[in-house]
Amino acid sequence: MIAEIGHYALVLALALALLQSALPVWGARARDAALMGLASPLALGQFVLVAVSFAALTHAYVTSDFSLLNVIENSHSAKPLIYKISGVWGNHEGSLLLWVLILTLFGALVAAFGRNLPDRLKADVLGVQGMIGVAFLLFVLLTSNPFTRVDPSPLEGQDLNPLLQDPGLAIHPPLLYVGYVGFSMAFSFAVAALIEGKVDAAWARWVRPWTLMAWLFLTLGIAMGSYWAYYELGWGGFWFWDPVENASLMPWLSGTALLHSAVVMEKRDALKVWTILLALLTFALSLLGTFLVRSGVLTSVHAFAVDPARGVAILIILAVFVGGSLALYAIRAPALKQGGIFAPVSREGALVLNNLFLTAATAAVFVGTLYPLALEAATGEKISVGPPFFNNTFGPLMLPIMLVMPFAPLLAWKRGDATRAARGMVGAVGVAVLATVLVAGFVQGGPTLAALGVGLALFAIVGAFSEVMERTKLFRAPLGESLRRARGLPSSSWGGALAHAGMGVTLLGVVAATAWSSEVVLAMRPGEQIDFAGRQIAFQGVEQRPGPNYRTTAAELVVREGGVEVARLEPARRLYTARKMDLTESSIATFGVSQLYAAMGEERGDGKTALRISYKPLVTLIWLGAIVMAFGGLLSLADRRLRVGAPRKAARASPALQPAE
Amino acid sequence: MTIDAAPSAFPSPRRRGSSRKRRRFALFALVGLVLSAATALVLYALDDTIVFFRTPSEIAKMDVTPGQRFRLGGLVKHGSIVHEGSTVRFVVTDNASDMSVTYSGLLPDLFREGQGVVTEGFVQPEGGFKADNVLAKHDENYMPKDVADRLKAQGLWNEGQTPGQTPAAAQGAAK
Repeated sequence: MIAEIGHYALVLALALALLQSALPVWGARARDAALMGLASPLALGQFVLVAVSFAALTHAYVTSDFSLLNVIENSHSAKPLIYKISGVWGNHEGSLLLWVLILTLFGALVAAFGRNLPDRLKADVLGVQGMIGVAFLLFVLLTSNPFTRVDPSPLEGQDLNPLLQDPGLAIHPPLLYVGYVGFSMAFSFAVAALIEGKVDAAWARWVRPWTLMAWLFLTLGIAMGSYWAYYELGWGGFWFWDPVENASLMPWLSGTALLHSAVVMEKRDALKVWTILLALLTFALSLLGTFLVRSGVLTSVHAFAVDPARGVAILIILAVFVGGSLALYAIRAPALKQGGIFAPVSREGALVLNNLFLTAATAAVFVGTLYPLALEAATGEKISVGPPFFNNTFGPLMLPIMLVMPFAPLLAWKRGDATRAARGMVGAVGVAVLATVLVAGFVQGGPTLAALGVGLALFAIVGAFSEVMERTKLFRAPLGESLRRARGLPSSSWGGALAHAGMGVTLLGVVAATAWSSEVVLAMRPGEQIDFAGRQIAFQGVEQRPGPNYRTTAAELVVREGGVEVARLEPARRLYTARKMDLTESSIATFGVSQLYAAMGEERGDGKTALRISYKPLVTLIWLGAIVMAFGGLLSLADRRLRVGAPRKAARASPALQPAE
Repeated sequence: MTIDAAPSAFPSPRRRGSSRKRRRFALFALVGLVLSAATALVLYALDDTIVFFRTPSEIAKMDVTPGQRFRLGGLVKHGSIVHEGSTVRFVVTDNASDMSVTYSGLLPDLFREGQGVVTEGFVQPEGGFKADNVLAKHDENYMPKDVADRLKAQGLWNEGQTPGQTPAAAQGAAK
């Protein structure tokens, strides 16, 4: 019964979405306030209905209702509760329902908190959101209904794919989806602006908080996915350039570009046409990601179900929204008024450079991801484009971004002074050179390039704070005045500095973990001991343990430093009984920001156990950096200039003088 | 704020009329430069780094230069797995030709005799394939798509043929 309520709520939500996509937009054209006013209640109602539907599916999972096909295929009564709940989105149908839930949540947020939006803009934005809702609700109901019943129903389910039975599943997809779907807001605002034929600085200020929110969740989602793959897949890599990872990286790159160009638009009324295009493309890439992951054209952990009909349906959605919005763009964009001009050396100039390289990097990832698909479709030849391609293209394209990143905030709007900005960077350059020399001179092993990488990372970290140092007159004024100025700085200044520093922190982790990781693969007998990465690791033996829906075989390793036990590692293999699937559970010990990583191979007949032990220096910085970036985003979001409740007319004065602009 | 700091770097006020055009040209030149650099990088990298997918029969038929990287896919031949220290030897077969593979490292969870496998590496001068990556992280009943396509094309394998397979498990096939 509850499942039927869920299904029915979904159908009702579709009906509301259809109304929402037509009436408010029509009302905005006909200047009918009553029709426009329908947008908010419709959006709120749609969210409530989808939430009811989602709750119904969750209820079916928690109570192990094996009369639902979806629950049979992905659950088991012995599964721990947390995986019964997170298992709701650990499959194709449920994850799409989560997608729609977040989409309608964003619509509801605009309806609830967008009181300051001009009526017509709000009606158009919610109308476009309604259209996206219609497409995805139709998709769920027609091709991926999670509420399909089975009669007679079996007594037990087939369990969730063991790879997904991990706390990561509870966190990673929701974060990622808030990011993906959050960019639909930028898309809806862009389409609404094109329909209106009017884009101004105020528009940019309304779009920015939504984009920032999507961006910070996407950052966390990607980092979480990377950490999950790192510990779960058992070979200790943090990024595989897997097409599905690329699918989330592309919207992140173009979303980052969008954030920056929206700043230019907000402050200087320039780059309008480009910003609109980026907003459209970023959501297009989010949709492309959904298509790549959900259509089954790729083989991957994420390709839950291979069903060509679904692939075609998502391709149609993709074509309609990307094609439609780009056509609208082609018609309307030339009519948008050009904004202010600026010198090549200026804040705008630096941000243009940022946008150029971020877009080029997005394009490189795009080519590498889709080339194998295109080639196979065209010639039937099967190839794979692996990490070397991405390292050779993405790396060089990100280098100028890392170099210019600290300079940009020091340049003035309209025309900047390169010499003066360079003077502000002396400290950062000094730290970078010193670090490079020290690393090259004292750290053994690793490529020479790694020392430069460390230098670049430190340059980015220290340089990120140069604007804050400049504006607080640190070391040039009495400490008290610097502190007073620091408190007076808008939180978006701190946010920007932290986000940029986070990039440097991540780069430092990537460089160190790539260049100086060490690894041994060996077969050990109980009682044997090895010296590894300055520690002694003793293999004590293998132990069998029961689990809720699996059996564990764990190897016990004791890590000692100079005879003192500092950590225990228990890499294990789990046999999931329902699916008869074997899974490696790695074990990790963290020392500061470095990690010792152990994975267990098969037990062999001769009493030895195969083990892989690696030491990964500074590896946790990769994900800590992402957390720092997201925190920077959060600080910017908290800036009262961006607060949705405080709209003002665009002021022309310098932001430094008017923090409350 | 710093207008007078470096006057020579900017056009003088008298020439400002043409500065919009000039700046626009500079912008386009920059865009063109970055885009062509990116294109060159991508083309060069594509030429250099893509890896082709081959079955043992295809390798038997063609001239393979030792050292050239490719992906070898097929089934792990029954009774062919031999451990020597931390190195493992096995034979990849498509039931028409065989190719012996050596690999140092931990085998993935679902590496089994009779199961599909994709390995990446190169042919050694003395013959045999040296793999530095073995991919078999898939569902019990799952066949890597590339392998399945090839075997199906040769009529050696059909969907649903693997023993113990339930339709639902095949639907939920995941890496």
